[in-house]
Amino acid sequence: MKRNWISYPYIIWMIIFIVVPLLLVVFYSVIVVTEDGLTFTLEFYKRFMQPVYIKVLIRSIVLALISTFICLLIGYPVALILAGKGVSRKNTLILLFVIPMWMNFLLRTYAWLTLLEKNGLINTMLSWFGIKPLNLLYTSEAVVLGMVYNFLPFMVLPIYSVLSKIDKSVIEAAEDLGANSYKVFTKIIFPLSLPGVMSGITMVFMPAVTTFVISRLLGGGQFTLIGNLIDRQFTTVGDWNFGSALSVVMMILILISMAIMTRYDKDREGSALL
Amino acid sequence: MKGFLKRFYVLLIFAFLYAPIIVLIVFSFNDSKSRGNWSGFTLKWYRQLFHDQQIMSALYYTIIIAVVSSFVATVIGTAAAIGIHNMKKIKKTIVMNITYLPVMNPDIVTGISLMILFIFLKLELGFLTLLLSHITFNIPYVILSVLPKLRQLNKHMYEAALDLGATPFYAYRKVILPQIMPGVITGLLLAFTLSLDDFIISFFTTGSGVANLSIVVYSMARRGISPKINALSTLMFVSVLLLLLIVNRRTSKENNVKKGSHA
Amino acid sequence: MRNLVKIVLAIVLFSILIGTFAGCKGGNGSKDDLNANQSGNKNESKKKVVLNVYNWGDYIEETVIDGFEKKYGIKVNYEMFTTNEDMYVKIKSGAGNYDVAIPSDYMIKRMISENLLNKINFNNIPNYKYIEERFKNLAFDPNNEYSVPYMWGTVGILYNTTMVDEPVDSWNILWNKKYEKQIFMLDSQRDSLGVALKKLGYSMNTRSVEELEEAKKALLEQKPLVLAYVVDEVKDKMIAGEGALAVVWSGDAFYCISENPDLAYAIPKEGSNLWFDSMVIPVTSGHQEEAELFINYMCEPEVAFKNADYIGYATPHSEAKKMLDPEVVNDRAFYPLEEDLGNFEIFEYDAEAMKDYDRIWTEVTSE
Repeated sequence: MKRNWISYPYIIWMIIFIVVPLLLVVFYSVIVVTEDGLTFTLEFYKRFMQPVYIKVLIRSIVLALISTFICLLIGYPVALILAGKGVSRKNTLILLFVIPMWMNFLLRTYAWLTLLEKNGLINTMLSWFGIKPLNLLYTSEAVVLGMVYNFLPFMVLPIYSVLSKIDKSVIEAAEDLGANSYKVFTKIIFPLSLPGVMSGITMVFMPAVTTFVISRLLGGGQFTLIGNLIDRQFTTVGDWNFGSALSVVMMILILISMAIMTRYDKDREGSALL
Repeated sequence: MKGFLKRFYVLLIFAFLYAPIIVLIVFSFNDSKSRGNWSGFTLKWYRQLFHDQQIMSALYYTIIIAVVSSFVATVIGTAAAIGIHNMKKIKKTIVMNITYLPVMNPDIVTGISLMILFIFLKLELGFLTLLLSHITFNIPYVILSVLPKLRQLNKHMYEAALDLGATPFYAYRKVILPQIMPGVITGLLLAFTLSLDDFIISFFTTGSGVANLSIVVYSMARRGISPKINALSTLMFVSVLLLLLIVNRRTSKENNVKKGSHA
Repeated sequence: MRNLVKIVLAIVLFSILIGTFAGCKGGNGSKDDLNANQSGNKNESKKKVVLNVYNWGDYIEETVIDGFEKKYGIKVNYEMFTTNEDMYVKIKSGAGNYDVAIPSDYMIKRMISENLLNKINFNNIPNYKYIEERFKNLAFDPNNEYSVPYMWGTVGILYNTTMVDEPVDSWNILWNKKYEKQIFMLDSQRDSLGVALKKLGYSMNTRSVEELEEAKKALLEQKPLVLAYVVDEVKDKMIAGEGALAVVWSGDAFYCISENPDLAYAIPKEGSNLWFDSMVIPVTSGHQEEAELFINYMCEPEVAFKNADYIGYATPHSEAKKMLDPEVVNDRAFYPLEEDLGNFEIFEYDAEAMKDYDRIWTEVTSE
C-alpha cells in the first residue's frame, strides 16, 4: 500500500491554508513593514505587558474559569444521573441534550439577549411577584451565563461517555465489600471519570477564554476579553501587528492549558470528541 | 425519593437548556414587538422573514457553502486519511499534528490568520475566500472520522483482491471504500453541520456582500431585538429537530439490521 | 523519479480542485446575470457589473436599491458598517473592494490624505445641482473633488421623559449618579471622547495630551454608570424603554421619537459635534462610471426624499427638503439653523491624534 500520494493535495492544502497563515500571524507580531524594509521588534509584546491589557487577559481567564467551574458543578450530576442504571430511554435523553447544541450558536446567545432585558420576560415575571426590574443584561454575570448555557453540553457529554464505560462489576464488587454509596463515588466512580472531567474542562475552557461574541452581545462592550481585543485590532483599529501579537499570546495560552490538561488526561484518544 | 430528586434535577437542566429556545419560538408568533408581553397571535414575522432579501441571500450562501465545502472536504479528507494511514511513523506524526492545529486553535486565530493570508494574496474577500476557509476547517474533522475506520480494516482483504487480479484502484473502490463508508458519511455530516453553524471564521474571511446566516444574525442582534430573528430561530430549530430525527431513525434501523444479521 | 511523478500528480489534482471553485464562482455569477436579465438589462457592457456599496447600518430606504437595480440593470451588493473606523480598516486593508462608501467628514479627510479615494467626475453627477451651497466645499474636501453630501446632523442626548424629570441641557447629566446603569454611550471612539471633551469645556479636536488624558479619566469615572456601549442597538433599546439617557446621532433620535413619544432629544449647551456623511468612491473601485451613476441616482429628488424621510437625518438636498413634512424641516433640533451651531465643531483629522484616540478608547473599553 504505497499510495501516499493521494494525501498530497491535503498536505499542500494545509500548508497553504493552515501553516502559512499561522506563520504570517507570527511574522506580523514581530515584524513591522515600513517603506525602508522590514524591522524586527518586540514592541507589540511589550505593549501587551501594560497593566490594561494584562487586566484583560486576567479577566478573560477568570470569567472562563468561573464558567468552566459552574459547568462542571451542574454538568457532572447530569452526566452521573444519565449514565446511572435505571434510566429508561437513555439515547433519547442524550439526543435531547445534544439538540440545543445544534442550534446556531448566535441564536442561542440572542435568546438570552431578549430574556435578560429590563422589559424582558424574566423581569416581567419578577414584577408579578412585586420585584422591581433588575439589571440583568450587560453584566459580567450575563456573560458567564451565556458561556455556561452555550458550553454546558461540552462538559456533560465527555463525562457521560466515560461514566457509561465504567465496568459495572467494579462498583458491585465495592458494594459487596461493604462500601456505602458515598465511598463508591469518591473512591471509584469519580477517580475513574477523571479523564472525562479533564476533557470536559478543556472543551469548555477553550471556547470560553477565546470568545468575543458572548461578551460583545451580553456584556454591552464593557467586559473586554482578549477575543474582543483581537477583534478590535482587526476590525476597528487596524493594527495588524498588535492583533497578531495578541493572537500569538492566545495560542500560547491555549497551548499551556492543553499541556496542563493532557498531563492529567492520559487516555486522550476517543474521549475528546464524544 | 432519590429517584424523584434525580428526575427533578435532570428536568431542571433540560428546562434551562430549552426554556430560552421555547420563549424565542413562542414570541415569534407575538403580534407586537414587545418581548415581555403577549399581545396576540400572528404570522407576520414569518412573512417578513421570507421577504427579507438579506436573510434569504444569507440562507442561499449558507447552504451552498455548506454543501460544497463539506463535499470537497470529504473528498480531500478521505483521500488524505487513506494516505496518512499508510504513512511511516514520523511523517504520520507530523501530518497528524498539522491536522490537529485547526481543531485545537481558537477559531478567532484561524479566522484572522486566513484573513491575513487572503489579503496577502490579494484575493478579494467574498464567496471564494469563504468557501476556501470552510473547506480548510472542515477537512480535519473528515480525517478524524475516517481514520478510526481505516484502523479497523482487514488488510488481507485488499491484498486478496489484488491477488485475484483487481487493479489497485478497483480494489480500493470495491473493498476499502465500502468498509470506511460509515466514517466518510459521519465526516460529511460533521463537516456539513460545522459549516452551517460557523460564525467566527466566516466573520473574518468574507466580504463583498456575501454573508452567511450567523453573520446576519450577529449584525441584526447588534441592531436590537427583531421578532424576525425569532421566526428564523423557530424554523432552524424545527429543521434541526427533523434532521436529527431522520438521522436517528436511520442509524437505529441500521443497528437493528446489523443486530438481526448477527443473530 | 517516482517521487517527481507523485508530486506532479498531486499538483494536477490540486489544480483540478481549484478549477472546481472557479466553476462555483462562475455559478454564482450566473445568478447575478439572471437578476440583471430579469430587470430588463439592455446594456451589454454593464451586464456583469456588480456594484459594492458600503454604508452605515439602517442608513437607506430599502426600496431605493431595488429601484437602482431595476433602472440600470446593475446589481448592488449592499454591505453595512457600524463605525467610521470599521469602514476605514476594511478599505485600507484591502479586505473589501467597495465602489461607493458613505463615511463622515474627518474620515473622508483621512482617506483623501492617504490616497484611498478617487476623484469624482462631477460631469456624471448632474443632480449635484440640488445640493445646497452651504454643504459644498466643506473643510474636509475644500475643492469638492471627492465627495457628494448624503446626510448631515448633530450628536445629542436622547432621553426618556418618564425616567428623567430634570431639564436635559448639559453633558453633565451623563455623569449623574442618579442614572446609574441607565445610560447608553456610543461605542465609537471619536463620538464618546468628543462628549467627554465637550463636558470638560475643551475642543473636540484637541491635540493636547493632557486634555485627552483628562477626558479619558472622565470616561473611566463614568463607566460604572454606563449600561452599555453600543451603536445601532441604542435605537431599539431606547424605544423599548431599556435606558433613560443615550448619546445618539440626530437622525436616530428622530426615528426613536417617532416610535416612542416618551422620548425627547436635546443638544447640550456646551456644544456638540456637527457632522456630514458623504458619498465617496474608494480607489479599490473598478467601476468608476457605475459608482458615479449610483451617486447621481442617490441625488435624484425622489430618491433623496425617500431616504431622508425614512431614516430621519437632515438632508443637504434642496428638493428633497421641500418635499419633507414642514414640521420636521422647521424643527431646530433636527435641522439646526446656522445661529444654533455656535459652539458646534466638525471633527478634524490629524494622523498623530488618531493614534491617541485609538489608544485612549482601547484603554477605556478594556479597563
